[in-house]
Amino acid sequence: MSADTGRVGTAGGSAPAAVTAQQSLGARLGGWVSGGAVRVFLIVVGLFWLVPTVGLLLASLRSPRDMAADGWWQVFTEPSQLTFGAYETLLENEDITGSLLNTAYITVPATVLVVVIGSLAGYAFAWMEFPGRDWWFLAVVGLLVVPVQVALIPIAELFGALGIFGSVTGVVLFHVGFGLPFAVFLLRNFFAEIPRELLEAARLDGAGELRLFVRVVMPLAGPAIAALGIFQFLWVWNDMLVALIFTDSGSQPITVALQTQVRQFGNNVDVLAPGAFISMVVPLVVFFAFQRQFVSGVMAGAVK
Amino acid sequence: MPAPAPPTSRRSVTGTRRTVAALFLLPALVLLGALVVYPIGYSVVRSFYDQSGDGFAGFDNYRALFTDDGIRTALRNNVVWVVFAPTVATALGLVFAVLTERVRWGTAFKLVVFMPMAISMLAAGIIFRLVYDQDPDKGVANAVWVGVHDTFAQSSAFPKAHPGRESPLEPAGGGAFVTRATVGVGDTVALPLVGVAPDVMPDDARPAAAARPQGDRITGTAWQDFTRGKGVGALNAVDASELGYAGMTIEAVKDGEVVETATAAPDGTFSLSAAADGAHLRLPASNFREPYNGLDWLGPSLVTPAIIGSYIWMWAGFAMVLIAAGLAGMPRELLEAARVDGANEWQVFRRVTVPLLAPVLAVVTVTLMINVLKVFDLVFIIAPGSTQDDANVLALELYRKGFSEDQPGVASAIAVFLLLLVIPVMWFNIRRLRREVRR
Repeated sequence: MSADTGRVGTAGGSAPAAVTAQQSLGARLGGWVSGGAVRVFLIVVGLFWLVPTVGLLLASLRSPRDMAADGWWQVFTEPSQLTFGAYETLLENEDITGSLLNTAYITVPATVLVVVIGSLAGYAFAWMEFPGRDWWFLAVVGLLVVPVQVALIPIAELFGALGIFGSVTGVVLFHVGFGLPFAVFLLRNFFAEIPRELLEAARLDGAGELRLFVRVVMPLAGPAIAALGIFQFLWVWNDMLVALIFTDSGSQPITVALQTQVRQFGNNVDVLAPGAFISMVVPLVVFFAFQRQFVSGVMAGAVK
Repeated sequence: MPAPAPPTSRRSVTGTRRTVAALFLLPALVLLGALVVYPIGYSVVRSFYDQSGDGFAGFDNYRALFTDDGIRTALRNNVVWVVFAPTVATALGLVFAVLTERVRWGTAFKLVVFMPMAISMLAAGIIFRLVYDQDPDKGVANAVWVGVHDTFAQSSAFPKAHPGRESPLEPAGGGAFVTRATVGVGDTVALPLVGVAPDVMPDDARPAAAARPQGDRITGTAWQDFTRGKGVGALNAVDASELGYAGMTIEAVKDGEVVETATAAPDGTFSLSAAADGAHLRLPASNFREPYNGLDWLGPSLVTPAIIGSYIWMWAGFAMVLIAAGLAGMPRELLEAARVDGANEWQVFRRVTVPLLAPVLAVVTVTLMINVLKVFDLVFIIAPGSTQDDANVLALELYRKGFSEDQPGVASAIAVFLLLLVIPVMWFNIRRLRREVRR
């Protein structure tokens, strides 16, 4: 997003610049009015987009008794209602803290493995020679849009037979499998753009294939790996469906732990609101810290 | 199909041995084979067997797609989703992308709208359960809606008021009450009612006062004829602790026509001119309407549109960012040329911007369509148990059939059906890439 900031600035400036002296005062006034209308419209829309999240945050900062009585906006008239009580209770709840840890145990390996395995394959597809190379690559690209739903039942049976149903290992494997097509697609296209001369120079210095990959290719791939890593990290961190099926009460991530409380929504707002907010903190930090990489990951993944 | 031309520009610089290539590829191909390709084959085969997996069932499971009530609702809802969610999200994304170019804080706006992309559908679901809470005192959607509604349609203050024992009033149909006898000039009329809870009485209600007779007018009192703790007090007479019905509307009716209308003062008293002589006094139904409680967002008829709304909240930012990127790469001279030729902003948007962006708009819409086909979490979380059947979608029905109703055959048929729907996109991706790979 920040990449086009400059353009936003120039485009904003060019519209008034087009208003030249030939235009009548009326047209100029009309321009001002419509400019004002655009601002008002965007402010209203922005509020529309902010209010739901702000509502969740404020709801999580009120006591269960206040939440049962009325809406979160009461804190604007009674700021004394604000309390961290719900968060304190929640962080003493071992089901919740344990599931937060599980989320990390699932997300980190699922991200690292996808990056490593995807890089190896992406490099092979970009710079190695073997029969049917491009056909294999196109087959992998074809898998990009396969819905995860297709694999739920078969993999549940497979993992049951392997004895990893309900374990962190199983969920990680599933996410790696479904993360790979995009990883291979993104990295192969990035690696293919590396100038041939660079690789040849390294080769002349006596580097072998593995050395070439580790010392030359991977360091160049920083931006692509960042985009892929962030995309995959958020994907896995935010997943509920896969974990809902492949984890048990001991290995479930925060999303699954929270969804069990949703059935009695009214009675559990004091768990759900702070719980949802805690589960959002990491993605939001990642999002704000790595906006540009996230956006390029999203753009490359527009087909997923 | 012809075999791809042998690559020329990216020939290996090391003259790779095949075993090395195989080692680089092996982990990815094994995992993809076991976790993505094998399940596709398994699902296809499984969809032709019965629920226990022992007997061949032919197309029975696919027939269930169109006969099973749950699946049919899901199918219908999926059509609504696929038609509305991607188009509305794309249209909003286009409008936002174009308009943010005109304000200096466009980047901040984009950040706000794009932010929901980063959070989980579970969190978004919880956020919108709060938004859509039925109680206008708790759910912000209904709080706003009721606020707007009550600005245009006054709600009543006395929803459950009704005549007590031996009342001079009787029901007049449609929720109104009317005096049994006619009134005359100089009379003081008592209009006692009961049944309004003390905490919903209007804030400006004062202790009821008995009306003073006036020679040329009709006077009276409308009040809550009920003394707390002491029963009704003196029946049909004003007691000290009883409150007036402040703001109650009183109509004088002669021969079915309203000849005069009065509004009760804070102490419940009212007064009518001689024109009302000989009329019946009526308390119209508008006094007793239930307060407006807003929309039942998560009820059977609105639940799907409501959830689609939350999806659009999440994904309009995605459309906006992709379209903004397309917009940034657009030749500005064309827009300026159109403006110089005298086109107004709308014409520039309609005739230049949108046609130039058409490829981006298509990619965004198709991407969102694929995404929408698989929507699960939002429906699972936002739709309450009572209306989850009404909000059903294919991905949710697959989960239910496969994992709680023990019908893996039907679930596999749903999975294959979903896969068939994305195959055109798969084919398109491969074709587009084959051209690039050959370069």
